[in-house]
Amino acid sequence: MVSSYLELRAKIEQKDKGLKEKVKSLGEAAALIPDNSHVAVGGCHYSRTPMAIIWEMIRQGKKGLTISKSITATEGDLLLVAGATRHIVTSWFSAGVTWGVSRIMRHYVQSGEARYEEWSHMSLGLRYRAGAMGVPFLPSRSMLGSDVFKRLKDIKEMPCPFTGEKLALIPALNPDVAIIHVQKADPYGNAQIRGLPFMDKDIALAADTVILSAEQIIDNSDIRKAPDQTAIPFFCVDAVVEAPYGCLPHECYGIYEPDFHHMDTYVKLMMERGVDGVKEYLDRYFYGPNTFDDYLDQFSVKDILKATLQAKKSHGG
Amino acid sequence: MAVEVSYNTAELVCVSSARLLEDGKVVFAGAGLPLLAAILAQRTHAKSLTILFEGGVIGPFVEPGKLPPSTNEQRCAAHANMVLSTTDVLLLQQRGYVDYGFLGGAQIDRYGNINSSFIGDWDNPKVRLPGTGGGNDIASLVKVIVAMHHEKRRLVEKVDFVTSPGYLTGGRSRQQSGLIAGGMLKVVTHLAILGFDEEKGVMCLEGLQRGATVEEVRQNTGFELLVKKELYEAAPPTAEELKILHTLDPEQRYTSPKGD
Repeated sequence: MVSSYLELRAKIEQKDKGLKEKVKSLGEAAALIPDNSHVAVGGCHYSRTPMAIIWEMIRQGKKGLTISKSITATEGDLLLVAGATRHIVTSWFSAGVTWGVSRIMRHYVQSGEARYEEWSHMSLGLRYRAGAMGVPFLPSRSMLGSDVFKRLKDIKEMPCPFTGEKLALIPALNPDVAIIHVQKADPYGNAQIRGLPFMDKDIALAADTVILSAEQIIDNSDIRKAPDQTAIPFFCVDAVVEAPYGCLPHECYGIYEPDFHHMDTYVKLMMERGVDGVKEYLDRYFYGPNTFDDYLDQFSVKDILKATLQAKKSHGG
Repeated sequence: MAVEVSYNTAELVCVSSARLLEDGKVVFAGAGLPLLAAILAQRTHAKSLTILFEGGVIGPFVEPGKLPPSTNEQRCAAHANMVLSTTDVLLLQQRGYVDYGFLGGAQIDRYGNINSSFIGDWDNPKVRLPGTGGGNDIASLVKVIVAMHHEKRRLVEKVDFVTSPGYLTGGRSRQQSGLIAGGMLKVVTHLAILGFDEEKGVMCLEGLQRGATVEEVRQNTGFELLVKKELYEAAPPTAEELKILHTLDPEQRYTSPKGD
């Protein structure tokens, strides 16, 4: 479960860590994700979801992936129905409290066709952090005594060697690939995140390969004007893709809120028609369009304008 | 005599639990009714109450009518004092900076254990629920207030799965498992306010909502309920409290009459 430390280091040692341009097309970037690998997804719930990369992964017909994410929203449904994954590691899985429990998650998990490996939100965060720190585990006072703990195979408890108090040992998670969407990145992979940072820095440092998509690729000189805003350092990053509106129908802080109209429509289709409804959705939005721009072209301009204006008004664009 | 005001059960639970939040404290609030109640508390008796969201937010100011359906999205960060990573905001609970966690509950048992993972057998569940989110961390690390509708199927003898730990199997079992801080504080329902017996670690009826009776509470509880000798009657929601709720949530997305 926990990777060998020297193997982890060897993978980083082999990386080209030069300050070099890594701008790629969506297709080239998603091709870096091997089948059967562990892909950690940045953002949280329906916020800063790397939807453009997921869109391309699904189109490329990825198989056998283990997907981990702090909180999983509608992208989890899509990855399950598309057959990209049968193993999701997360702390919560559904579109949102007002939208009910995902029928897709229930369908695949209750039938035993897919595995939902449940960790507490903080524990999943500590797993990525331990991975980012290069330690095999972090001690924690959470999850002890619960059935969430009992159901997990890869967790232990031990008495603290200093105080004797019981502690949970949360194992490191070093994903094969991290996919992360940010507001701005330069061509080298310096990523600037506005608003909620979620677990993205830890995920980027923990993963062997990092694929970034950005609303906008900016010049390195702009990064250097505000280096304190850089959340992910360039040498972690293997590919940078420019993907404006790359989270839709989810949101990107300060740039657009969720397209709630689209989300309502999706959830209605998913809850009423289950797997068949989502298959139709995938045909229309994922398999049908030739490019990601064509995907965006399917959205209502009015709804996008509304989502954009709301984000600008509330968060200063 | 005060003018009688009308309210539904969800509004009653919301107002009643909001009143438990003291000024000057820090509360970790989940999405939905807990968030609504925490904002209501801020706008009434607890002006310096600080709200934390697991999305990574300290001290937000949520705009009326724009309550987010997730505490992990940008509207939660509006006018906040600070945003930080999810892991770091959750760790503030472990450090001791959080006075209350505020959760909704699908199913709770006599020891205050909450289930938000499975209905039925874990390996062959009737319903797979969304899961813990930060609920397990909150219940492991801080004092918890639970707001819920009072029904036999929700207040049960033993939960199917302990997602968020209360007093586990009672007595000192919580401490013995390693959870030496935090624990269930109150369960607020549309019929009653329940606390926990310190020694036994079991739920205990402390107060009744206006019009409710001990018998009614017992009938709607799926286990033998301890009842305190001296019960109090909670004051019903005021017109002012309800007005604030309606301003915050004009479409009643979080206080729909069905009580979910």
